[in-house]
Amino acid sequence: MAINTPGRIAYVNARLLDPASGLDAMGGLLTEGEHIVHFAPGLFADGAPVGAQVVDCDGACLAPGLVDMRTQLREPGQEHKESFKSAGRAAVAGGITSMVGLPNTNPVIDDEAAVEFVARRARLIGLAKVFTYAAATKGLEGRELAEIGLLREAGALAFTDGVKAIADAQVMRRLLSYAASHDLLVIQHPEEPSLASGVMNASEMSTRLGLRGIPREAEIILLERDMRLVAMTRGRYHAAHVSTAEGVDIIRKAKAAGLRVTCDTAPFYFALNELEVGDYRTFAKLSPPLRSEADRQAIVAGLADGTIDVVASDHCPQDQDTKRLPFNLAEFGGIGLETLLAVTLKLTQSGPLSLLQALDLVTRRPADLLGLEAGRLRTGAPADLVIFDPEAPWKVVADTMRSKSKNSPFDGHLVQGKVIRTVVDGRTVFPETAR
Amino acid sequence: MTDAIFAHRDLLGIQGLHPPEIGHLLDLADGQVDQCRGLDKASDAMAGRTVINLFFENSTRTRTSFELAAKRQGAEVINMQVSTSSVAKGETLIDTAVTLNAMHPDVLVVRHPESGAVKLLAEKVNCAVVNGGDGSHEHPTQALLDALTIRRRRGRLDGLRVAICGDILHSRVARSNIILLTTMGAEVRLIGPNTLVPRAFEDMGVQVFTNMREGLTDCDIVMMLRLQTERMRGNFIPSVREYFRFFGLDRDKLSRAKPDALIMHPGPMNRGVEIDSDVADDFERSVIREQVEMGVAVRMAVLDLLARNLDSMRRNQPFGGRGGV
Repeated sequence: MAINTPGRIAYVNARLLDPASGLDAMGGLLTEGEHIVHFAPGLFADGAPVGAQVVDCDGACLAPGLVDMRTQLREPGQEHKESFKSAGRAAVAGGITSMVGLPNTNPVIDDEAAVEFVARRARLIGLAKVFTYAAATKGLEGRELAEIGLLREAGALAFTDGVKAIADAQVMRRLLSYAASHDLLVIQHPEEPSLASGVMNASEMSTRLGLRGIPREAEIILLERDMRLVAMTRGRYHAAHVSTAEGVDIIRKAKAAGLRVTCDTAPFYFALNELEVGDYRTFAKLSPPLRSEADRQAIVAGLADGTIDVVASDHCPQDQDTKRLPFNLAEFGGIGLETLLAVTLKLTQSGPLSLLQALDLVTRRPADLLGLEAGRLRTGAPADLVIFDPEAPWKVVADTMRSKSKNSPFDGHLVQGKVIRTVVDGRTVFPETAR
Repeated sequence: MTDAIFAHRDLLGIQGLHPPEIGHLLDLADGQVDQCRGLDKASDAMAGRTVINLFFENSTRTRTSFELAAKRQGAEVINMQVSTSSVAKGETLIDTAVTLNAMHPDVLVVRHPESGAVKLLAEKVNCAVVNGGDGSHEHPTQALLDALTIRRRRGRLDGLRVAICGDILHSRVARSNIILLTTMGAEVRLIGPNTLVPRAFEDMGVQVFTNMREGLTDCDIVMMLRLQTERMRGNFIPSVREYFRFFGLDRDKLSRAKPDALIMHPGPMNRGVEIDSDVADDFERSVIREQVEMGVAVRMAVLDLLARNLDSMRRNQPFGGRGGV
């Protein structure tokens, strides 16, 4: 929706946080129109400039808006679960100003028209900026390569078969090899499908509950295979939602060997473990499954030492009809847009990361990885900002969340870190009343 | 009045029950055995009560056993066999639960092919729910009837060495039995190929054997399980012939157990697959028919107890139960 270009807005009395430059100081920031025009420690300490609208941050943190590199937006095709609009509302409520959708929509995003559809529809809504990946193989079938060069030109940021692994080794080899010639990024869901017919982590718990387990080896084996293929093809490879200790280790070694490999994880995998399944709680049915406590701790360690590059929400909306089922029949996935910041801040509250390190995982790192002009405070850059209180406690109540689907694995959890205001291209898009 | 020892609304599993609660259920069932063996089997303990047998999976034995247990105590019984072949299985589950609940039954006996489904259903109703078997999870009344059979023959459960043999992975009977027997102080051994007896079971406080002769050594009780080919996807065993060779119970393997070891099987038996007919029909050793008799007694005790608990439980639990997903 077309809204008048904002004039000059002065954000005063803010704790400026910029992971890219290491800035952490009280100061102010000035936007004009859609861009940041000035920011500095101590700025506006003696009063705001004449003629500018003033936003008093009251000592809260002012940081680059979050960049979420893995979401499922369900539009087109499953608008009863989520839409660009509902996801956009949830995203900005979570401080996210850019997000990237997977191509597993209906129809699949595997041609240029579909990429353009996403760009056009999302632009009309004007909340968080929406980007998309495109299918790595036609129809996500894992057999023939999609037209990834053309799709890149249409705007697709990277190539993936979404929640399906590219399982065939020859297809993966060709994909990495071809993508490398265009310097394109391939994103893998690292899970060997023939080992992944279960519904939760294979463990004592799955045995006791009588549920088929997915062994950790499903992830380990595919990552190990892929590292060989990356070495062979010199491709650019990104492993999504790493969930096991060995998985982190494989990426760590590959990086040390100089392979062009990156990875992310989702808040589920560093904040929760398989005990969350409890008595068949389907909100805790995720793909990959929640793992053991030892794995969770290894994920935290991987985030602390930089092996894991990014935290992404892995937002996966599922409606009641697909979650209120016996565990074995329920769909996989949990929503995560609105809780991304607060749960990531757990890494600072009860984990080893500093505030800047934690923010880096959800701002500059994903933006740089995907080549987006976002994720840092920079004069002349789009004014995509979040103002938040890192201490403020709140309780996650799934039913009150803005996503159309309410399947939050964090339902009922207490978290700290509240978004106060979200700004996209200079305009306040959250809270709704401020628009 | 709520029972002084067993103060639960439902019987969803053995997991979480304490030894005195299990002992109490067995004592009550013991009393029912005498009733069933008398000339006048009928009582009016459950007169005016309604029991619904809701089975999402084919069953003749268990359903009949529950039906008889309810009727002998004067309850009204309705049997519902629901097909699970339709696509929206789970929707049927919750819809059915809500619909039946509106008819004010006292006890719902539920069997379902998916683990955890009975618990999901129990959350949506305000009557008592008995788990008649859910997927590969639990089958509590089977474990209770097995325990009753053993206790009547041996006078105790603690200190006995019990071997459970065969397809443990897919067996809800095995899980309930493992929990009950270890809770009551028995030594439990699991015997089978690793594909059907994953090592993770060792975390449940049992020993795992892949050699049946070793595993059966000096056992007091030998429990055989049915090979559940219908739950198997893929290659768990190369062939039935090979399975019988290594894990079928025959005279030779049985000779390693104690000379008076009892042979049990939850039925239905696959003769020549997991058990030799010669052994299954051995009068001295096989208590398979006795298990069926104990089944009725145990279910009488459970239905009666839950029906009596229900009045006070209903007041404590508003419609909709605990809610949530």
